Amino acid sequence: MAQSDSAEFFAARGLFSGYNGKQVLHGIDLTVGRGEFVALIGPNGCGKSTLLKTMARVLVPQAGDVQLRGASIHQTASKDVAKSLALLPQSPITPDALTVRELVAQGRFPHQSLLRQWTSADATAVDRAMQATAVTEFADRVVSTLSGGQRQRCWIAMTLAQDTDLILLDEPTTYLDLKVQIDVMTLLSRIVAQGRTLIVVLHELNLAAAFADRIVMMRDGRIVKDGTAIECMTAELLKSVFDLNARVIADPETGRPVCIPLTRDAA
Amino acid sequence: MRVAKSVPFGIAAAALLLAVVTHMAVGARPVSFAEVLRAFTEFDPSVIEHQVVRALRLPRALIAIFAGAALGLAGAVVQGVTRNPLADPGILGLLHGGALAVVIGIGVLGLAEPTWIPAFAAAGALASGVIVWGISRAAPGGATPMTLILSGAAVTAFLAALMMIANLLNETAFQSLRIWLTGTLSGSTLTQFYWALPWGVLGAGLSLMLARQITALAIGDDAALGLGINIAKLRLLGLLAVVLLTGAAIAVAGPLGFVGLVVPHVARMLIGADYRYVVPLSALLGALLLVVADIAARTLLAPTEISTGIILAIIGGPVFVWLVRARL
Repeated sequence: MAQSDSAEFFAARGLFSGYNGKQVLHGIDLTVGRGEFVALIGPNGCGKSTLLKTMARVLVPQAGDVQLRGASIHQTASKDVAKSLALLPQSPITPDALTVRELVAQGRFPHQSLLRQWTSADATAVDRAMQATAVTEFADRVVSTLSGGQRQRCWIAMTLAQDTDLILLDEPTTYLDLKVQIDVMTLLSRIVAQGRTLIVVLHELNLAAAFADRIVMMRDGRIVKDGTAIECMTAELLKSVFDLNARVIADPETGRPVCIPLTRDAA
Repeated sequence: MRVAKSVPFGIAAAALLLAVVTHMAVGARPVSFAEVLRAFTEFDPSVIEHQVVRALRLPRALIAIFAGAALGLAGAVVQGVTRNPLADPGILGLLHGGALAVVIGIGVLGLAEPTWIPAFAAAGALASGVIVWGISRAAPGGATPMTLILSGAAVTAFLAALMMIANLLNETAFQSLRIWLTGTLSGSTLTQFYWALPWGVLGAGLSLMLARQITALAIGDDAALGLGINIAKLRLLGLLAVVLLTGAAIAVAGPLGFVGLVVPHVARMLIGADYRYVVPLSALLGALLLVVADIAARTLLAPTEISTGIILAIIGGPVFVWLVRARL
């Protein structure tokens, strides 16, 4: 019983979705177990962000359902869903004068109400989230004055303060320097190690292969391959999913696959 | 943190108190500050100064505080829910819509009782707000700060034309409304104030209730939705609060511009981006601005009185230019 409960933790069933009347996803079935670190990858326009947004209830599916512990998230009060599911969208707005602590404190919104305002549990969750992401030292600075990497850690701290089992992140490494991308991914791995479940849309194949437990490859609104990094990162799949001519080698240190695009004989 | 946040509130409250006492002291018959205070602490009906302060100047001061606070709140809420630093009840056409509805109510339908004026003003503000929002949403790119302001300007011009027509149709009735239409506190009565009060209180309560969600909305629709905020409902309740507050302000003071635009910026500069503080501070600062502007309106060209709305436009115009240049 406990095992099937864990397998049914979070699932998309027969999902059709899109926006402005356009259909982008054509029947997605995806089940994510508790504690998994899942990367969604695929070429531009493949529907990976649409899938993430639909699974986060930003988009309403045209057909199918998304279930969290057996209950449809589109039929549950949004604030209740937010107690179990946090979302970091692709390009959130950084408000002008908001300090780091104030931003992270926004993550406590689903746990508060008119009658139950700020409590010590909220303060503890905010402090813990800021420590986990190493932003405590900037707690009273204005977010918009920080560097891209520091800012991204603040956003991740906000989702951590939400205190959910499940966090969905849409391209959290975009526009960051390589070193900062590695920092962010390392932070995400640590969050998974602490027992949370992460679904992350990634652009960078090698980051997905190096950090995620499981890779879901998409193309044209369908899942093409769902497996470990070694199963997904093959020259054939990179060619068929991304139209990319690449060689795949193993990282001599970790054994994880690394993709090296072929640059000279691309034709 | 707590101490730092309370400082702007303390200063604003002290400044407001000083401004209100000054407001009641100046005028055709100057009354000393001490005498103004005595009119409340040791009221003596036989002292004419006390009578002037309590019967003539106190109502006007109360109305200035009320209308200023309502417009400050309305500005803070509308800037927050539209995520638009240039939004305000005037620029978005709400003031003209409310004023036109009042003109129609009084000038055309002949409803002169103050009972109906807040309802007319609120309904007019709502109608023009919905039209402006609808036009800007239909524009390519949706309701951005730019399209909202452009459609607000277009609708305002259109409403001004309708007002001219109303004027031509019934010149005698309109004559009495001409000064009111520039926004003024002279001639406003306590009866009007009492009828507008519930609208303002309701709008203020709603604004304070929504403040926490408005802060979260600043991080973007998707991120706010991820926190469990019902964005459509928040925008709807926000519009309702703005309409109630704008209607209340119009009912007692006519269409007063610039308070709602300028005040929230000053509040955010003083206290940051958390609307749980920005909203109440905007109410205090709005009251302060209007009381000070009304002092100027009554004294600058005494014994002639300038419309408070004209004073606000003289202050507000340059501030608006500064906002566009420095903050956008």
